[in-house]
Amino acid sequence: MKILVTVKRIPDPDASVKFANGAVDTSSAKWVPNEFDQYAVETALRLAEDAKSKKRHAEIVVCSVCPAAQRQHITTFLAMGADRGVVVDADDTALDSQAVAKLIAGVFKKEGADLLVCGKLSQDTEGNEVGQRVAGLLDLPIASFAGGVTWDQDGKAMVVSREVDDGVETKKVPLPSVITCDLRVVLPQSVKNGVTPDDYTYNEGPRLASLRGITMAKRKKVEQLKPADLDVEAGSAISNTGVNPPPARAAGQIVESVEQLVEKLATEAKVL
Amino acid sequence: MSKVLVVVETDGNAIKSASLPGITAGAQLAQQGGGELHLLVVGAGVGDAANAIGQAGYGAAGVHVADHADLAPFTTEAWTDVVVGAAKALGATALGGTATSTLRDVIPRAAALLDAPLASEVTAVTGSNAFRREMSAGRAVADFTASGSVVCFTARASDFEPATPADAAPVAAVDAGTPNKRGAEVVSIEKTQSARPALTEANVVVAGGRGMGSGENFKPLEELTDLLGGALGASRAATDAGMVPADLQVGQTGKVVAPNLYFAVAISGAIQHLAGMKGSKTIVAINKDPEAPIFQVADYGLVAKWEDTLPQLIEAVKAKKG
Ligand SMILES: Cc1cc2nc3c(=O)[nH]c(=O)nc-3n(C[C@H](O)[C@H](O)[C@H](O)COP(=O)(O)OP(=O)(O)OC[C@H]3O[C@@H](n4cnc5c(N)ncnc54)[C@H](O)[C@@H]3O)c2cc1C
Ligand SMILES: Nc1ncnc2c1ncn2[C@@H]1O[C@H](COP(=O)(O)O)[C@@H](O)[C@H]1O
Repeated sequence: MKILVTVKRIPDPDASVKFANGAVDTSSAKWVPNEFDQYAVETALRLAEDAKSKKRHAEIVVCSVCPAAQRQHITTFLAMGADRGVVVDADDTALDSQAVAKLIAGVFKKEGADLLVCGKLSQDTEGNEVGQRVAGLLDLPIASFAGGVTWDQDGKAMVVSREVDDGVETKKVPLPSVITCDLRVVLPQSVKNGVTPDDYTYNEGPRLASLRGITMAKRKKVEQLKPADLDVEAGSAISNTGVNPPPARAAGQIVESVEQLVEKLATEAKVL
Repeated sequence: MSKVLVVVETDGNAIKSASLPGITAGAQLAQQGGGELHLLVVGAGVGDAANAIGQAGYGAAGVHVADHADLAPFTTEAWTDVVVGAAKALGATALGGTATSTLRDVIPRAAALLDAPLASEVTAVTGSNAFRREMSAGRAVADFTASGSVVCFTARASDFEPATPADAAPVAAVDAGTPNKRGAEVVSIEKTQSARPALTEANVVVAGGRGMGSGENFKPLEELTDLLGGALGASRAATDAGMVPADLQVGQTGKVVAPNLYFAVAISGAIQHLAGMKGSKTIVAINKDPEAPIFQVADYGLVAKWEDTLPQLIEAVKAKKG
């Protein structure tokens, strides 16, 4: 079993967004791993390991499309426990999602992977599309917006609870297939692999890299590819004509009591 | 000439109201391109629904129906096959609909197969291939163009008015090919039962956060919600803790809402939460911490504990309503 996980770098979401000349200015950005991809790697690790014996029964390869010089996030994921990395050397900020998806589909085929685990969303550009696109390009089934994953090892399938608009849908997808990870996939009991006892309780959230993990990461292999190696001509059909801060909301007021609040909602805001 | 194809979802015998804002976005796109709006109804046994949609018309030049047993329950694999098939058969130049969980699954996959760009969760249509959308949890607004022989889009429900009935439109089956689930299987669907209006369609939303402490403590919030005829919402912390179902989450990764009145109770106002509610007309924040960032977007802030304020608030609203 080989699991490919896509991981993206994003400008630190806790820092304020800078603008210059009608565009987001990332020239001084601190690049960090996309949160949903931390969830994706955590999901892959929980699928791949026996949490008790720490034995692995699947290989985890992380893949990122980014400038080769800016692949620190890959090192972070290797330190968390992924086995290898593949970096497709291209400026992802100049590519559209179709180009990124073609590159990832190319890596998936080259690796002969059995499962692709993606985040649901890039926290910066918020496309919510790359995983779905890769599944389409590879003609594979997909379970998007996963809040829980159970590996049915006998059935060679993933049983995924999906967070949909009006509830939860459980979908079974045979391997090879694609999963995109939503927030709740990293709750303590969201992932089951049939090896780790079903009642095992993980810590909430993605795991932190251990000191040993950080040392080991430096020795793990990261393969470097160019878009041309994957026969992809990478460009963009989307072009920004202006990116700006949103209009500010008018300043509000602090009210002193419930009576005052209700009075103002009724007479001032006229919403009661 | 442009031909905009909007995919609509049905619920039994009628269109889902969630599909109506996407029709409006499609109509705007068609108008900007001097073209036609077409609707695509997908499902199993959707003939009656398609006829009702044809009757209502919504400004469309035609209603096309892809009806096949394998299209229900919904799987993106089977749906995308017929959506792409129909887009090709009809010669669509634009393809999209409301950004529901269904179409956020289907439209990107269709875009990949059509080798098309996707304008994802747009908040405005500004030209025949020009749109506006938010990024980085609402902290940046992008104006952009998408070019290609087909352009895909999904529209954020809270930013487009629901389409209204107009002249009837002709209804016909479309030869969209045979859908294939590719081995995927829907095992079960657990719908959150609620008599309340849908979160994205309600005029009033009452949302609670981690500071509520437990699901049991949401009772007074539910009472306030029902008094106001609104919908219940929550922060990620409250949904993650299992206080309320996950589909009530408001924010960057939850629902985006823009009601007339939004109550944020015991919610700190993290940027990812604000991304889902700062378009609300009037925002009320109740929080015991005067420094909570939610007060920066609130029109009315009350620094207090919910335990002390909610009972009074419920009584005052009751008195007001007579
Ligand atoms: C990738 C990503 C996506 C995310 N998406 C979302 C999203 O879509 N939606 C979302 O909401 N969050 C989202 N988050 C989480 C977000 O960052 C915050 O962690 C979350 O919104 C906090 O929820 P909260 O305000 O309920 O809890 P807290 O931040 O813990 O705030 C609780 C508040 O309750 C107040 N309080 C406590 N007791 C009382 C009392 N008795 N009376 C009154 N007030 C009281 C406190 O003063 C505090 O302000 C996301 C995070 C990440 C990383
Ligand atoms: N440049 C990239 N490199 C690797 N993975 C990516 C890249 N862009 C997007 N992804 C993956 O696709 C998911 C969804 O991204 P998006 O469609 O951009 O919101 C992310 O969570 C990542 O897992």
